[in-house]
Amino acid sequence: MPFTKWEDFMSKSDVTRRGVLRTGAVAGAGLAVPTLFTASSAAAFTNEPTGSSVTLGFNVPQTGPYADEGADELRAYELAVEHLNGGGDGGMMTTFSSKALQGNGILGKKVEYVTGDTQTKSDAARASAKSMIEKDGAVMITGGSSSGVAVAVQALCQEAGIIFMAGLTHSNDTTGKDKRANGFRHFFNSYMSGAALAPVLKNAYGTDRKAYHLTADYNWGYTTEEAVKSSTEAMGWETVNTVLTPLTQTDFSSYIAPVLQSGADVLVLNHYGGNMVNSLTNAVQFGLRDKQVNGKNFEIVVPLYSRLMAKGAGANVKGIFGSTNWHWSLQDEGSKAFVRSFGTKYGFPPSQAAHTCYVQALLYADAVERAGSFNPCAVDEALADFEFDGMGNGPTLYRAEDHQCFKDVLVVKGKENPSSEFDLLEIVEVTPVEQVTYAPDHPQFAGGALGTCNPGA
Amino acid sequence: MEAIILQILNGLDKGSAYALIALGLTLIFGTLGVVNFAHGALFMIGAFCAVTLSRILTLSHEVIDPTRVDFLGNPLKVDVPYLYDWFGVETGDMIIDWAVPLSILFAIPVMIGIGVIMERGLIKHFYKRPHADQILVTFGLAIVLQEIIKYFYGANPIPTPAPDAFVGSFDFGVLIGFEANQIIYPYWRLVYFAFACLVIGAVFAFLQFTTFGMVVRAGMADRETVGLLGINIDKRFTIMFGLAAAVAGLAGVMYTPINSPNYHMGMDFLVLSFVVVVVGGMGSLPGAVLAGFLLGILESFASMAQVIDLIPGINQVIIYLVAIIILLTRPRGLMGRKGVMED
Amino acid sequence: MFGLNKKDTTLLIIVAALCAFAPFLLNPFPEGSDMAQFNAGYPDLMQRFVIFGIFAIGFNILFGLTGYLSFGHAAFLGVGSYAAVWMFKLLSMNIIPAIILAVVVSGLFALLIGFISLRRSGIYFSILTLAFAQMSFALAYSVLTPITGGETGLQLALDDPRILGISQTAQGNIPVPGLFGMEMRDSFEWAVGSWLFTFNFGYYICALIMLISFYVSIRIFRSPFGMMLRAIKSNQQRLNYTGLNSRPYTLAAFVISGMYAGLAGGLMASMDPLAGAERMFWTASGEVVLMTILGGAGTLIGPILGAGMIKYMENIISKINETILHEWFYWMPDGIEDLLVAMVYPFIGKGWHLTLGIIFMLVVIFLPGGLVEGGQRIANLFRRRKAKKDDTKGTTEPAE
Repeated sequence: MPFTKWEDFMSKSDVTRRGVLRTGAVAGAGLAVPTLFTASSAAAFTNEPTGSSVTLGFNVPQTGPYADEGADELRAYELAVEHLNGGGDGGMMTTFSSKALQGNGILGKKVEYVTGDTQTKSDAARASAKSMIEKDGAVMITGGSSSGVAVAVQALCQEAGIIFMAGLTHSNDTTGKDKRANGFRHFFNSYMSGAALAPVLKNAYGTDRKAYHLTADYNWGYTTEEAVKSSTEAMGWETVNTVLTPLTQTDFSSYIAPVLQSGADVLVLNHYGGNMVNSLTNAVQFGLRDKQVNGKNFEIVVPLYSRLMAKGAGANVKGIFGSTNWHWSLQDEGSKAFVRSFGTKYGFPPSQAAHTCYVQALLYADAVERAGSFNPCAVDEALADFEFDGMGNGPTLYRAEDHQCFKDVLVVKGKENPSSEFDLLEIVEVTPVEQVTYAPDHPQFAGGALGTCNPGA
Repeated sequence: MEAIILQILNGLDKGSAYALIALGLTLIFGTLGVVNFAHGALFMIGAFCAVTLSRILTLSHEVIDPTRVDFLGNPLKVDVPYLYDWFGVETGDMIIDWAVPLSILFAIPVMIGIGVIMERGLIKHFYKRPHADQILVTFGLAIVLQEIIKYFYGANPIPTPAPDAFVGSFDFGVLIGFEANQIIYPYWRLVYFAFACLVIGAVFAFLQFTTFGMVVRAGMADRETVGLLGINIDKRFTIMFGLAAAVAGLAGVMYTPINSPNYHMGMDFLVLSFVVVVVGGMGSLPGAVLAGFLLGILESFASMAQVIDLIPGINQVIIYLVAIIILLTRPRGLMGRKGVMED
Repeated sequence: MFGLNKKDTTLLIIVAALCAFAPFLLNPFPEGSDMAQFNAGYPDLMQRFVIFGIFAIGFNILFGLTGYLSFGHAAFLGVGSYAAVWMFKLLSMNIIPAIILAVVVSGLFALLIGFISLRRSGIYFSILTLAFAQMSFALAYSVLTPITGGETGLQLALDDPRILGISQTAQGNIPVPGLFGMEMRDSFEWAVGSWLFTFNFGYYICALIMLISFYVSIRIFRSPFGMMLRAIKSNQQRLNYTGLNSRPYTLAAFVISGMYAGLAGGLMASMDPLAGAERMFWTASGEVVLMTILGGAGTLIGPILGAGMIKYMENIISKINETILHEWFYWMPDGIEDLLVAMVYPFIGKGWHLTLGIIFMLVVIFLPGGLVEGGQRIANLFRRRKAKKDDTKGTTEPAE
């Protein structure tokens, strides 16, 4: 083989091995004669880190309506990198049940990172992820603040042979019909929200209720509506009507006004982000919560809460039930350690988006450490059916069949007397994991296949 | 029946917002002939005038409350507005509570100032440039204004509630003989409707009954001739621009309690306001107002559950569908003038 | 050459050379250096440059020649992408049928929308096209989810039927788009010193198609048909008085430019098999308008420059973060370093929109003809200097 020597610098692949060059290991490569499509590449998998460092890609919304959530995710990632490299107080690494992480980077390689802007658009998110893979040699992509983006980037990572650790994504589809072997989700999902909320709603509002759903007219809205509907109907509630609202809607008055006429006594707002802030504000404006219908107090439910968005709705969230993946007021050791190190560094408590992203980064690093390799297939194996604790959600399982984490779900309520601008939600109940676990072939997750792990290259 | 009355109310309320924004836009776009993509940004800045004023009113100093702790376990620092120190808690609270209505006084000079600066500094040089250039420069300006707001206020919506006196809703149904709770409407939205009518009326009266207005109307019809008569039409157009900015800003101020303002709310309204202006007909102020109310009412009807069940997705497209039908049946929109922006 | 005059031939050759050597030109900085951040020579971005170039060239045929400002062109791009992805799902992973179907479907869609919208002119036309595009977006995102994939976009799946091809590869993965055995993502790399150049198959396919599109657009600009379109722009009324019906001409231009958009959409799906509804949102339509005006409406090369500029900002500037700034300025004294970082920070990373807005304003204020005028001014500057030295001329004009 006359060109053996050059093979190290050329590869037939969709991705580059720039990690080699970035770290300067290429000294003396000189002028290489290009050989078209050398038989097989030297790398075992895409973007195999060969130098003294490893690059991770943090793909979060930095512009558009979710920019603040993205900024919080980025803070969490920076904190995670600091901890992985042995800086700071170690955060959750000290409470994490797996002790594989040493604080010396990942497999002894210093963790470096690149950032990108998803703009909360699937196209832009993929462009940004591609540049991380092709240009920066990232070996793992993580982040995002919507299911559309998560599903799009997850499919891309599967194709490229990169691990994707989803950020905030709540639609059933991410680990349902659009699941991929290279993608992993720590965040909870619509089904879990419904399953966790139902018993609490039953205790608070009784079993004889008529619900009216307003649902965002896109995939996440559909799965959430279905989940909440089926779990509340199972306990005896009646669904009076479900109305779809356009994503671009800003004023929900014309959807909320007819609610009282319908005879419903509960309004479920399957909205997220700006939609949720506006629809909730509008609903409270209409004075729905002061009304009596069917001899009961009218109530509003928001299936997916986020503290950042609750802040946008202001006083309107008071007393309104919802579910959340994690909240900073949790008192377990893991949460306390994370809130301490995040709060000390940035001056305010982390959001649930920050938490899930931080945990995802640590889980990935730990999986690599335990597998002894960055190879996506090895990581896949290490994460499959991995059980852990100490990350703020109690004992957790990363299920092999769909790469979804199973853990306790928090049911929260808007706080009546917040002591600060961060203290908006109070935990009503920690729904144990058994109640939110479902079979991998549950109808709400039907269709699609996980496929097999793709190491790329 | 109740449902229809309710949706007419809704439509009038939505329509008043559309009409108000379109009115400002049509002053600039339909009459000065400038394609102003920054109009949405003016609306947004108006809303942030309210946010700014309520921030100013709640300027605080920190007092340590040793009995409570914050999330890190340190003694809690409580913000105490200076207004409490000066006027006592009760009066202070009341002033803070009325921040949005007070912002009207704050926003008018600010918005007129911004409008005049914009016209003198930038738009003036673009009257004779192609519309394409106007689009690019005003779009650039809109992005810059947006990003400045985002830099200072973040991307999240900021709650800016109405005064307590306007919280809750008014039971219309009881008034006209229906059962209680069938036709209710929030007080603040009624205030918004009344306010919009007032502003629209004022603008019309100003243009119709003052000499200034007469000259401006003449200038819109034939700028050159008015100029030849020795009238300084440029100066008046500057004032018109300031007026348009103020109208957009006021629409924004009063809108804040309805929806929490965020930095991109202007872009959300931009396309819609162009559609309203064009459906109303270029160069026609009454057309813009009429189209605003018409589209508001139709949008409200399209969002009724019964209608959506009949035609799925109609609520997604109604505005555009109506725009297409109107423009195809009436070549210049509802009340457009011939020859304005037709080539 | 190819029926072009000398100036146009030169222009075509320059564009061809730029495309061919893009992997070098866009990667001027050595790997690992601080400036490597500004390298744009990786496959995805290079593909995007030429694909949006095609989109803008097509838009310019309508807007630059006839003056009709369509504010809904992204709808054709979106329809083209959906058509292409469906072709991948149902027929084969070969990109040729996908691209053909994309062009045909978007052409038909353009015919329909153009036929209705062109009954009006000026701003009324713009709003009609905008309304159609917004309707397409809204429906694709919501009620048409079974066809379009809605929020998550239309994607390939492991169980796609794919008549002429395999549903999944031997390794159990979804096959990737290709052309007779070559995959679009195939690349080979050439390391020269500490430089690394990537030559991507998909990029060269796109570049070749863009060159053909560019050539066709030159031919249209120079043809009698092009003259007729210009006549419509300068005075449609007078044209109508001569007894000519201008509608067929504008409709033809509209359909051609819609097909260009569909071609761009089909190529986009071929490089990255996913089609999302956001591609049809009004901001996407606005983006191509901005690209064209930024580069120079009515010029041949302007739209390509504008497209490159905007995509560069979106993909490169948005990726610079605070850590990178500190790396750049680390050699300065601490206080000055922090000051510089604080000064630059609002304009990069999450502030890339701000930079974009400022550039829009600066270009349109100081270069009324767009980037092309900037190029011409620089060229003139050189020419004048040269003319002073000796009388040789021969610098080529960057555009018509």
